Amino acid sequence: MNAPLPAVLDANPRLDRWIAFPASGQVTVLTGRVELGQGVLTAMAQIAADELDIDLARITVRSGDTDVTPNEGYTSGSHSIQAGGIAMRQACADIRALFLAQAAVVLGCNAGALSVRDGSILRDGASTGLDYWTLCGAVDLAVKATGAGQRKAVADFTSIGQSSARLDLPGKVFGAPVFIHDMRLDGMVHARVVRQPNRGATIGAIDEAAIRRATKGPVEFVRTGNFLAIIGGDETAVERAGGAAPSHVTWNDVETPAAAQQEATWLLQRPAIDKTIGDPEPADPQGRERYEATFTRGYLAHASISPSCGLALFKDGHLTVWTHCQGVYPLRAALAKILPVKPENMTVVHVQGSGCYGHNGADDAAADAAIIALQKPGVPVRVRWRREEEFVFEPKSASMVVTVRALLDADGKPSDWTQEIWSATHNQRPGGGGNLLGALALQNPPPEPPPADVPEANGGGATRNGTPLYAIPASRIIHHLIPDTPIRTSSLRGLGAMPNVFAMECGIDDLAARAGQDPVAYRLSIMSDPRARGVIEKVAAMADWKAGAPGGAGRGRGIAFSRYKNRAAYAAVVVELDVDEDIRLSHVWCACDAGLVINPDGAINQLEGGVIQSASWVLKEQVRFDSDAASGLASFDWETYPVLKFSEVPEIDIELINTKDEVPLGVGEVTAGPTAAAIGNAVSHALGLRIRDLPLTRERIMAALLRD
Amino acid sequence: MTQTFEFHVNGKPVSVAPVNEETPLLDVLRNELGLMGTRFGCGLEQCGCCMVLIDGAPEKCCAKPVWSVAGKQVTTVEGLGNADAPHPLQQAFLDEQAGQCGYCLSGILISAKALLDSNPQPTRSEIAAALDGNICRCGSHNRILRAVEKAAATMRAGA
Repeated sequence: MNAPLPAVLDANPRLDRWIAFPASGQVTVLTGRVELGQGVLTAMAQIAADELDIDLARITVRSGDTDVTPNEGYTSGSHSIQAGGIAMRQACADIRALFLAQAAVVLGCNAGALSVRDGSILRDGASTGLDYWTLCGAVDLAVKATGAGQRKAVADFTSIGQSSARLDLPGKVFGAPVFIHDMRLDGMVHARVVRQPNRGATIGAIDEAAIRRATKGPVEFVRTGNFLAIIGGDETAVERAGGAAPSHVTWNDVETPAAAQQEATWLLQRPAIDKTIGDPEPADPQGRERYEATFTRGYLAHASISPSCGLALFKDGHLTVWTHCQGVYPLRAALAKILPVKPENMTVVHVQGSGCYGHNGADDAAADAAIIALQKPGVPVRVRWRREEEFVFEPKSASMVVTVRALLDADGKPSDWTQEIWSATHNQRPGGGGNLLGALALQNPPPEPPPADVPEANGGGATRNGTPLYAIPASRIIHHLIPDTPIRTSSLRGLGAMPNVFAMECGIDDLAARAGQDPVAYRLSIMSDPRARGVIEKVAAMADWKAGAPGGAGRGRGIAFSRYKNRAAYAAVVVELDVDEDIRLSHVWCACDAGLVINPDGAINQLEGGVIQSASWVLKEQVRFDSDAASGLASFDWETYPVLKFSEVPEIDIELINTKDEVPLGVGEVTAGPTAAAIGNAVSHALGLRIRDLPLTRERIMAALLRD
Repeated sequence: MTQTFEFHVNGKPVSVAPVNEETPLLDVLRNELGLMGTRFGCGLEQCGCCMVLIDGAPEKCCAKPVWSVAGKQVTTVEGLGNADAPHPLQQAFLDEQAGQCGYCLSGILISAKALLDSNPQPTRSEIAAALDGNICRCGSHNRILRAVEKAAATMRAGA
């Protein structure tokens, strides 16, 4: 009896959906995981190389294509290696076993005498003249995985665990047309959408003549319902038209966010759906010392470096869509809900875009292209959002208010923990189509999906990392889901983990100070998980952490810890910085335990990226509202939404804890929370006072100093 | 009436006749000449994805009208090197695995080339300052800084 199949393989059991042998000496790895800049294609190739016993150089990876690759849902949540990698390993192991069984039949021997070296079948270590490619005609891969193939033991890995060079990087360094933005199809038209300001807004008047005057080139208007697009063969003219159009199209029933709504504290006054998760509230806290503090964070943009892009062609009743979204199968399902095309008559293909870090405008741009393509059968349509459009219309990460409350025991350790959270949802992915922007402008828009956040079973959305991993006898999350907010919100790297870990780990530092203890020693005194202790001790050693180091003179150090979702990778971060009017990060150290690491340099690259992006959020980023602006947002370009620059990036040292016998754990999101909290704690150490509202702008620093 | 503009791209003479003379150089490179290495990021000269060398100087070309480069030498990332003959910068970026999504890299390579042309031995902070006009959102900054330092050393050794 074989062990149960990994869940992703069980859902996609056909082996020819995972591996193909297209020509002699070549192997195609098929994966539902898509490249977002995180290096997943290289990692999947390394996994296949080991389980099939072939050289990495023979492998080509195809990913995210509803015609050929497995349905792995979304590439998100740091799941790819954890869930997708194990499925790929088992699929390859089963395939290798099928080939060995066939070779045994041909050779008239026991399969146990056979092995594989770079695709060639060996018998007792000697060549047999057989290989995958000579045998593949006789091995049927259109069969279900059984789990009969034995996965490699860790000690036998030769590719997994090596820092293989990224397969996709050469094309990006030599300027090859690797991005979806670079696709050009015969007869293709460029398109820009005149965005509906909000659900329910209807077009009043369109001054076509004025738009054409601004355009300086031939363009055509395409309209269905309140969905209006401008198309043409010359991209420059279409871009001009797209930029000019918002000033020459009037809308009815426009709702514009007000500046007062931009701060997280606005959420406190709103209707909410309330839920308590965890232990009941303590009956009688009387006599026990109590700690309470409230932390906030504003809305964040994904701020992808490339505006979203989508291509579509509707021809002979079949719709093909090219997209850089995170899930081609979910997008196909959503498009089938909003368009008169059945999923079986639709192909959705992933082509790389820039880093997305979550749900940005990619799905919406693909839907835009598909809506226009249906209006123009036979004509390939390319939609590329304008920069302002990306900033204004992509979904934002929800603003959050987090109050932490602790009851303390006689030693000053928390005996009871409450994390009370106010937030909009962190998940409005396309789903049933009700979240695709273009669909909302159609004649019969899909209904508004019921308010919901990511379920706790999937790590939660606003509640993510709201439960302490520390040894605290009782804890609970009180979650206030705010269903109605002025702007659309959805997933951004880490979801609620960043505000929750910021609040919790700043709170832990406050408790350490109250107990008169060093932050590292205090954390270790309340942490029993050995792997958590491992990263805390490791990062303290890396940073040469000195208990009781003096602060308050403008230079400070802070530490923070988190295990992402309390079940993915562990990370501890130390930050060193200087504060005068602004904060200058000088050095960041990070220790991470991610179990078996497929590609150590790739993992370190992801961890570094997470540190830098989180630092940018904490020091600079907040989406600001402006009811006087046509779009309602004051953040619409790189000057009004600045991010961390090269000269502002600290030195970063990262070390991976070697735990290769443990299962692999995703690392893309784990540093978001602890970096934010370590910065908060370092600022507190540097100034001798705590700032609890993000971002930590000059205005907030000055206000805090004046208050003190 | 459609005007024709002549200039050089990566050493080769080109003649283009865009729909109008205000068409940005970036659109001409990508849509008329098929050179996709120079990327569109903002169209506002803010992010640096579209950086090219114009007569050796680094310039953002997403809003630069094509008429303004008539008679000039334009160098794009494709002009630096290729897989068979990589520029030391490109080789160093591969050696350091300096990139994640890679969308910003074309512009960064061009900014770095311009820096090393004028300053063969830059300090870390001089490199960072030279790249401040380029946005990297993935957080590959430190790898990129190391790669530029490495390329500078390689180029000095080979000079």
